[in-house]
Amino acid sequence: MSQDQYIKIIGSLVPPKSRILDLGCGDGMLLEYLIKERGCTGYGIELDDENVLASLRRGVNVLQLNLEEGLKLFEDQSFDVVLQIDTLQNLRNAETMLNETARVGRVGLITFPNFAHWPNRLSVLRGRMPVTKHLPYEWYNTPNIRVATFDDFYHLASKNNLQVADAFGLQNDSKISFLKNLRASKAVFKVSRR
Amino acid sequence: MNFFAKTQKMSFDVPLQMQSGALLKNYELAYETYGQLNDDRSNAVLICHALNASHHASGVYEGQENSEGWWFNMIGPGKPVDTNLFFVICINNLGSCFGSTGPMSINPDLNEAYGSKFPVVTVEDWVQSQERLVDRLGIKTLMAVMGGSLGGMQVLSWTLQYPDKVKNAIVIASAPNLNAENIAFNEVARRAIVTDPDFHEGNYYKYDVVPKRGLRIARMVGHITYLSDDVMNSKFGRTLRRNIKEETALKDQSYLFTTQNIEFEIESYLRYQGDKFSEYFDANTYLLITRALDYFDPAKGYNGNLSQAFREIRAKFLIISFTTDWRFSPKRSEELVKALLDNERQVSYLNINAPNGHDAFLLDDPRYMSAIKNYFSNIN
Repeated sequence: MSQDQYIKIIGSLVPPKSRILDLGCGDGMLLEYLIKERGCTGYGIELDDENVLASLRRGVNVLQLNLEEGLKLFEDQSFDVVLQIDTLQNLRNAETMLNETARVGRVGLITFPNFAHWPNRLSVLRGRMPVTKHLPYEWYNTPNIRVATFDDFYHLASKNNLQVADAFGLQNDSKISFLKNLRASKAVFKVSRR
Repeated sequence: MNFFAKTQKMSFDVPLQMQSGALLKNYELAYETYGQLNDDRSNAVLICHALNASHHASGVYEGQENSEGWWFNMIGPGKPVDTNLFFVICINNLGSCFGSTGPMSINPDLNEAYGSKFPVVTVEDWVQSQERLVDRLGIKTLMAVMGGSLGGMQVLSWTLQYPDKVKNAIVIASAPNLNAENIAFNEVARRAIVTDPDFHEGNYYKYDVVPKRGLRIARMVGHITYLSDDVMNSKFGRTLRRNIKEETALKDQSYLFTTQNIEFEIESYLRYQGDKFSEYFDANTYLLITRALDYFDPAKGYNGNLSQAFREIRAKFLIISFTTDWRFSPKRSEELVKALLDNERQVSYLNINAPNGHDAFLLDDPRYMSAIKNYFSNIN
């Protein structure tokens, strides 16, 4: 999926003029899009120096904080939408962060690579961990320390008393609802506190 | 790239009501400017200096070698604060000893140097006096106010005292107030000065002496807090100071068994810094400025609640800390970030992983320089 298309799809899930917090905002591209195209306000959180500098260059508010330390600077329900776009899979404390996301934001928007996508299953069936376009790393050097599936995430959400308001897959620029755990390389969830 | 700086002075005859209750009838401020003020006077950037610095923030003095300003790496044509685009002002703080009215100046009421009678100045007093100068330059709003350490506190105070006059606030290696440990270090420095027999209760000018011993120790204490443990160890470690030729009988690194002479490199470094400082810095100024640091506490009137104190802030903020700075640790900067977030203000925050401790704010880390440059590239 093209980066532009991905940003548009994610952006369409964020109501205009929302106050947003983007966890792991990378180079700030999505944040800039949401501010410029959807009139949002807010902040990105990013740890990597190069990404922080790139975000500053875009003129978006970026905070260099370590997500592994939680979101203690942020008050309960202080954002309309908290985004975790391809961040969850890199977090050691993914469960804590999911709860923090739901604590700080009225809505949490979470995306991650779906490990149950059929080419991944095929690879594991063949006896090897998958290396694909969407998961381009070897098992020994991947930053994706949390590999999860749609069904795994549903389970985690329910365990933490979170309501899944929407869930769909993304594959080649299109939304996938039917058999998404099998057919989609990317999982998208919209959650909130019950 | 060299460019020339020229110190200017501005006199003020309207009395300055100071926070302590004192009234300064008239005073003079030394300042420098770099770059050109644009036609609509919208490109002014005010730089606030820290404890021992001056208005000479950048450029060189014509015909004087090694006269680069203290933020020469930061301010100038093509530098992060680009003087091709911005009109940069730096003012020597009131009570300082580099040209602005201070303890060394003549008190017009008594026709002798103020000495210890110079009123206690606060960060708020400085900002008030700076605002007058900026106003006299015909500038109604500042594109940015920027400073490190004590300079950062002045930036913060600007956004509180004149919320509509500051568009961007850049606060580096600073804190919302001093903690007990910070005050403790200041007090050691002050006691070193006032107990120096040459101090004469602050009126040493009359006796034609300078309490150099006190100043040296004050500076040594200061320098310890500016460096990180790691940098001190990697620069000096346990290396012994040896001018080997006179001590041929001794092996290079065997002890001299002396308590009075320099034994370790770190001692030599601190003594050198202390000596240098005592040659140019005024003892009364050191007392005043450390006290201004101690007193700064914008949350004081709000039961310590910084978020409430920040309610009127309008400026957009860039806050930078350095991971190894233990004088003003990243946690202190995070307090500022938190209070701004609570008020839904615009803020970016960088915590730069630099080894140099508090001193890092004056050094050349490429991430630090890029951060300022990138921030200024979007400023409006």
